[in-house]
Amino acid sequence: MTTKIKITINDLEVEIDQGTSILNAARDIGVIIPTLCYHKDLCVAGNCRVCVVELVGQKKLSAACATPCEEGMNILTNSFKVRNSRKHIIELLLSEHNADCTRCYKNGNCELQKLASDFKIMTQDFIRLVPFKNYTIDHFSPSIIKDDSKCIRCQRCVRTCEEIQGVNALTVAYKGDQMKISTFFEKPMNDVICTNCGQCINHCPTGALVEKNYIEEVWDAIADKSCHVVIQTAPAVRVGLGEEMGLEPGTRVTGKMVAALRRLGFDAVLDTDFSADLTIIEEGSELMVRLKKVLVDHDSDIKLPMATSCSPGWIKYIEHMYPDCLGHLSTCKSPQQMFGALAKTYYAKVRNLKPEKIVSVSVMPCTAKKFEANRPEMHDSGYRDVDYVLTTRELAIMIKQAGIDFQKLIDEPFDRLMGESTGAGVIFGATGGVMEAALRTVYELVTGREIPFDNLNVTPVRGMDGVKECSIRIENPLEEWEFLEGVELKCAVAHGLINAKKVMDRIVSGTSEYHFVEFMACPGGCLGGGGQPIPTSPEIRQKRAEAIYAEDQGMPLRKSHLNPEILKIYADFLSKPLGEKSHQLLHTQYIRRERF
Amino acid sequence: MYPVSELIKNLADQHGRMRHNLLPILQGVVEQEKYLSEYSMLEIARELDLPAAEVYGTATFYSFLEHKKMGKYIIRICKTITCSMKGKNQIIKTIEDMLNINVGETTPDGNFSLLQTNCLGFCHMAPAMLINYEVFTDLTPEKVREILTVFINKKDKEG
Repeated sequence: MTTKIKITINDLEVEIDQGTSILNAARDIGVIIPTLCYHKDLCVAGNCRVCVVELVGQKKLSAACATPCEEGMNILTNSFKVRNSRKHIIELLLSEHNADCTRCYKNGNCELQKLASDFKIMTQDFIRLVPFKNYTIDHFSPSIIKDDSKCIRCQRCVRTCEEIQGVNALTVAYKGDQMKISTFFEKPMNDVICTNCGQCINHCPTGALVEKNYIEEVWDAIADKSCHVVIQTAPAVRVGLGEEMGLEPGTRVTGKMVAALRRLGFDAVLDTDFSADLTIIEEGSELMVRLKKVLVDHDSDIKLPMATSCSPGWIKYIEHMYPDCLGHLSTCKSPQQMFGALAKTYYAKVRNLKPEKIVSVSVMPCTAKKFEANRPEMHDSGYRDVDYVLTTRELAIMIKQAGIDFQKLIDEPFDRLMGESTGAGVIFGATGGVMEAALRTVYELVTGREIPFDNLNVTPVRGMDGVKECSIRIENPLEEWEFLEGVELKCAVAHGLINAKKVMDRIVSGTSEYHFVEFMACPGGCLGGGGQPIPTSPEIRQKRAEAIYAEDQGMPLRKSHLNPEILKIYADFLSKPLGEKSHQLLHTQYIRRERF
Repeated sequence: MYPVSELIKNLADQHGRMRHNLLPILQGVVEQEKYLSEYSMLEIARELDLPAAEVYGTATFYSFLEHKKMGKYIIRICKTITCSMKGKNQIIKTIEDMLNINVGETTPDGNFSLLQTNCLGFCHMAPAMLINYEVFTDLTPEKVREILTVFINKKDKEG
């Protein structure tokens, strides 16, 4: 039982739980205190000072985010002193900030810009320090641009990288006026442990960290009439895009998104969910083969648990942090790259197109996908498998640029041939989704019966717990899988790399009994990805997850192995799971990387 | 003189391998090597199982933990207001002329580095400077020349 205390905010008496911060106490009664360095996902830093409030009787102002309420406190959030100081604080931040707003990628979606606009900062009382600072811009990464001239040193990115991801690619270096956000030895982001997950972008209040955008390149490809431009859309995009279009978080806009993409001029609007279903078939088969090799053949070269390989942020993380564990990774490419490899082979063949004339674009909730598409090994079709990767945010920009009234669009279906999908493909967008989709298929292939969960919903792997576990006992398997009789299939799901580390440490120390583990780099899985609309908060992630599961529930087919286009591609092109063609196009290998 | 990796192991054995043992280890490496190279920081990160960026962040925060290659003798001239008023610029000019380097540079033979530093706490005897851990005060151009000559000869005899 928490003790209640009485405080006064702006002459209003309120009773609140002891230990509540002034910021939250004020928000509860509808008093908004501006913030910059504060973020719900992160620990309190209290370094930007924008949230200062006056405590009557105290000379110095206090940061509302970092000060817990005490009995009898008399707080003023809008006194003369507070307003004056707040304005000065914003002005001081601006004096070190490259406020070239009209030429900034974050123009219109910048928290500092909004504060300057709310407080009408129209004078310049402080010396502009930007010309005296040797700010640098890091363009080297295919995913992330880091522009120090826009940085206000709130350290949200540093806290994100440490607390949510446990990657620590970014740190605070130097001190005082020299202080900056830096990587190890100020190397480019591309040369360090950065996983390109983009969570720092999602948490940055200004334009200091943004995705590298490929909007103009995609417009050029669409304009080139000799090109056939195909676009694939990831499952999490359809539950996030609406937010950029003024709809409530958690609104499903699949049909509107397809309609908008067609109006943008893409020649074919296809679905990454199709290749998600394909991933399940390949990855599920790989799991069965591994289980057989370990349980029957006692092959010590085969590693269990098998780890999923859909999340490119996670892939780069394990390459840096656990290079000795690469054998645990499934060799399956991610759905994006499977799609890319098939677009310039299978799709080109069936549609009778020249692969060199196909431009393959993807819309992803993810910035690491940009890096993944750029990996040298991702050229198995003979061309670059995926030419351009757009984030959900970039797609929203294109829709706005094209003057499409998104909310008025009428729902349209995906094109056929690599556009058909099942509910199992859709739930890839949520943490636990790959696991659930895989279990639905693997259990049924092994036993010939549906997975024994109500309405196919594998609830233990759903939800926002950092590490989730699930085990299923296999009984009366089909003849071919008799060796699995009585085996307790143990699975785990981790999202957010800080949680991935927990599971990996267990695997490395040999204390894990798992057979199969799903890892996703971002909190909440892809729906909380670094390329999703800003802001993203725990509540918004929850709403997007509900939307994903609602989408799954509404699909006529909910098991990957029933997807008719999947059956067709195996009959016409790939011949069998893990076959020669699959190995050539759908599987990959990994690289050991340095740990800095 | 140990090779750096061995030195770091010894320092970690001596001080411990927790996050809060980082500073004495950094200091120990600087004591021998005069600076923290990329390689030493990586080795320290590995030894203490810390993120390399965090080691770098800590090293750059402290002025006396250099992370660029330094000479055998590091000359630090106090740049704060009292020393400034009492002629630190003439002192710097004298040293620059004698050693043929600018502030922030190291002599080609790797013997001297010239840096400025914040207040040394010798305002009453300004201008002041440090050569490694030795303090010299009430400096004049003549006095600095004498002091430096001693160091140059010292190195000649040793070398």
